[in-house]
Amino acid sequence: MTEFLQLVIYGVVLGSILTLGAIGVSLIYGILRFAHFAHGDIMTMGAYFAFALVVGLGFPIWASAPFAVVGGALLAIAIDQTVYRRLRRVQPIILLISSFGIAIALRSVVQLIWGPHNQVYASGIQMPYRLGDLVIKPDHVWIVLGAVVLVTALHLFLTRTKMGKAMRAMSDNMDLALVSGIPSERVIMVTWAVGGGLAAVAGVFLGMDTRLHPVMGWSLLLPVFAAAILGGIGRPYGAIAGGMVIGLSMELSTMVINPTYKPAVAFALMVLMLVVRPQGLFKGNA
Amino acid sequence: MTLLAIEGLTGGYGGADILHGVDLRVEPGEMVVIIGPNGAGKSTLMKAAFGLVKIREGAVLFERRDITPLRPDQIVRQGISYVPQENNVFPSLSVEENLEMGAFIRTDDIRPQLERIYNFFPRLGERRDQIAGSMSGGERQMLAMGRALMLDPKLLLLDEPTAGLSPLFIDQTFERIRKINEAGIGILMVEQNAKQALAVCDRGYVLTMGRNRIDDTGANLLANKDVAEMFLGG
Amino acid sequence: MELGGLLTYGVFFLTQAGIYAVLALGLNVQFGLTGQINIGVAGFFAVGAYTSAILTTSVTPAHLGGFDLPFLVGIAGAVVASGIVAVGIGWVTMRLRSDYLAIATIGIAEIIRLTLKNEDWLTNGVRGVPGIPRPFVETLGTDPLISLAVILAFVLLAYWLVERARVSPWGRVLRAIRENEDGVMAAGKDVARFRLQAFVFGSGLMGMAGGLYAHFIGFISPEAFLPLYGTFLVWVMLIAGGAGNNRGAVLGAFAIWMLWSATQFMTDALGAEYATQAGALRVLLIGVLLQVILILRPQGILPEHGRKGRR
Repeated sequence: MTEFLQLVIYGVVLGSILTLGAIGVSLIYGILRFAHFAHGDIMTMGAYFAFALVVGLGFPIWASAPFAVVGGALLAIAIDQTVYRRLRRVQPIILLISSFGIAIALRSVVQLIWGPHNQVYASGIQMPYRLGDLVIKPDHVWIVLGAVVLVTALHLFLTRTKMGKAMRAMSDNMDLALVSGIPSERVIMVTWAVGGGLAAVAGVFLGMDTRLHPVMGWSLLLPVFAAAILGGIGRPYGAIAGGMVIGLSMELSTMVINPTYKPAVAFALMVLMLVVRPQGLFKGNA
Repeated sequence: MTLLAIEGLTGGYGGADILHGVDLRVEPGEMVVIIGPNGAGKSTLMKAAFGLVKIREGAVLFERRDITPLRPDQIVRQGISYVPQENNVFPSLSVEENLEMGAFIRTDDIRPQLERIYNFFPRLGERRDQIAGSMSGGERQMLAMGRALMLDPKLLLLDEPTAGLSPLFIDQTFERIRKINEAGIGILMVEQNAKQALAVCDRGYVLTMGRNRIDDTGANLLANKDVAEMFLGG
Repeated sequence: MELGGLLTYGVFFLTQAGIYAVLALGLNVQFGLTGQINIGVAGFFAVGAYTSAILTTSVTPAHLGGFDLPFLVGIAGAVVASGIVAVGIGWVTMRLRSDYLAIATIGIAEIIRLTLKNEDWLTNGVRGVPGIPRPFVETLGTDPLISLAVILAFVLLAYWLVERARVSPWGRVLRAIRENEDGVMAAGKDVARFRLQAFVFGSGLMGMAGGLYAHFIGFISPEAFLPLYGTFLVWVMLIAGGAGNNRGAVLGAFAIWMLWSATQFMTDALGAEYATQAGALRVLLIGVLLQVILILRPQGILPEHGRKGRR
């Protein structure tokens, strides 16, 4: 029982990280209609932006995270403006291939600047909180709280602001948004900012939970997409449920199978979903 | 000053031309209807006025300004709103959010305009928090028109506003359109229900094979034997 | 470098480029002809390499087999094994949008990689499989030129197969599906079945390339199948050469491999202390090159027949 609860805690932590990534994937898919394969590597970049501040300027990690968010948002906008924008008029399939190339390029940049080895934000051991036999690291609390705050903020943004509503409108019906006079390029830019910012913070959380590595984000791409598909790709709210289901399943599966195969669990759930209910747990607009 | 003038328009969607030198005009406050058989290019002509068609020859003038090269989002700012025939609401947004999206480019307070729309379409006012995707076809049509009216356009383009509606809703919709027109807004619409449309409009155009056939007042077209044979069921 | 060394390098270079040409031809069946996105090229390549290795090495307790079978049986096994994996993944995704296939292929490649690394009984894990015989070593000896000749023969075979497929009625249906799926469906064709056939065909060729690689290198380990080398370079080769054009696929493989090798000379000049940075820089350059091609010349060096300009 203790083991089970402990794994639930890990699952919620992983689920929080996956959710933040999956929301961006889902938003981008909803508006630009392509699977953004560089999303994992934007997470990696975000993690290393924060690392640069922690190591270079001695910032505490919580103070670095907001800068990482801004960095991730600007990076996503910059990639879109220099590359994806020029490919928007062709088939979405070309955008997908382009984003695969961007993913590889971003990873090389990380290796160039920070090297190929594992890094950590803070060495030394954090004193965990103990609840009976359960062990909770302070970082885990911060990750889950951070995700809750960000998801709430995103919800308010999508439902209370004109720009947020316009993002939902464009995801619903791009043609109608255009004839209504919604400035699509501006909305697309905000979409990248939100998706890139959330990905960056997901990367920071992942770095806090485990360690930093140039392939950390790419390795998480499959579970992130599994979460987005489970929730119905194109639907940011579904991504929350999808992220939690995938995160919990991956951690709980270690009770019965070799932990190395955790990604296979995400894959199996995704495939199962695609076969049984391609539109996701909730109705997506794929 | 003529509100909308389409002059010698030739074009299509990139493949073969669908329109072949079509002329059309709408005067301020006028209600004009385009009728014709399926495939005549009626909807294409309307879309051409809104920058959604590749125009090879001819021009679209709005209040004497050439709007041919403008994109839809730029044309909206000139004072033209367009209601597509299908998929004309944002299904996952609420009624009120749909209307807000219609007014996206406005920077002033849109509350008064929202209230005007709710007064005009009381049904929308009752359901302002309902999700648009869960509404009936007639209600969606109202919402689509409401969205298009949020910018106080000078000209409203309606693509088959009564398609797929029950007879009761068809009458109501024509009634609404007439009231919108009485408020001074010019209307250009494509209609399958030719008889009713011609009865309420000022002038009508008969389009076949992407060309003008006849244009005349609504009453004269209703009385025209050729038109009656072709579209009004004898 | 003296003349002998240069020749040795030339043979080595052409052999590797030939293996990539087979991979690019396989991807061309999937993407060029059918419009499918396979981001798991490395996975199918690895399945082929390990299958052929296990079938042809001598009996050992280190991994499954070996079965000491002839080279050609190993290659045939590689094609079949890759094809079987492709049937599994394809059966699930063929009815869905191409994005889903792309994501699923990432997953399958990742699972293959994990399996190779962790299932020691099957693959000897991270220690890899050594002692894979060179092609026809008993009759023809170990001259690298023999390996090159064998591999070039397989390039020709692959080219002949894919080109015949392309001009056949079957190939026309594939292109029709790519251009207008609904139209093909309306004509009463089973679109999913055609897609599945193309996916399995292409993956089989990738498996064949994997088998050739194993026999050429003689030793394989999971390290050789990182997604980058298997998948990314092949994509750049196909896009650069011209997706949909088989000569373009082969040309792209040789051209990009030449470029890739040239960057190695350049970065080697930086010295050993910058080795990792130099490696990353090479990849970055290829990543940027892909974007430039997609933006400026998406149809590649040799555009698909009967198609001009942007896709």
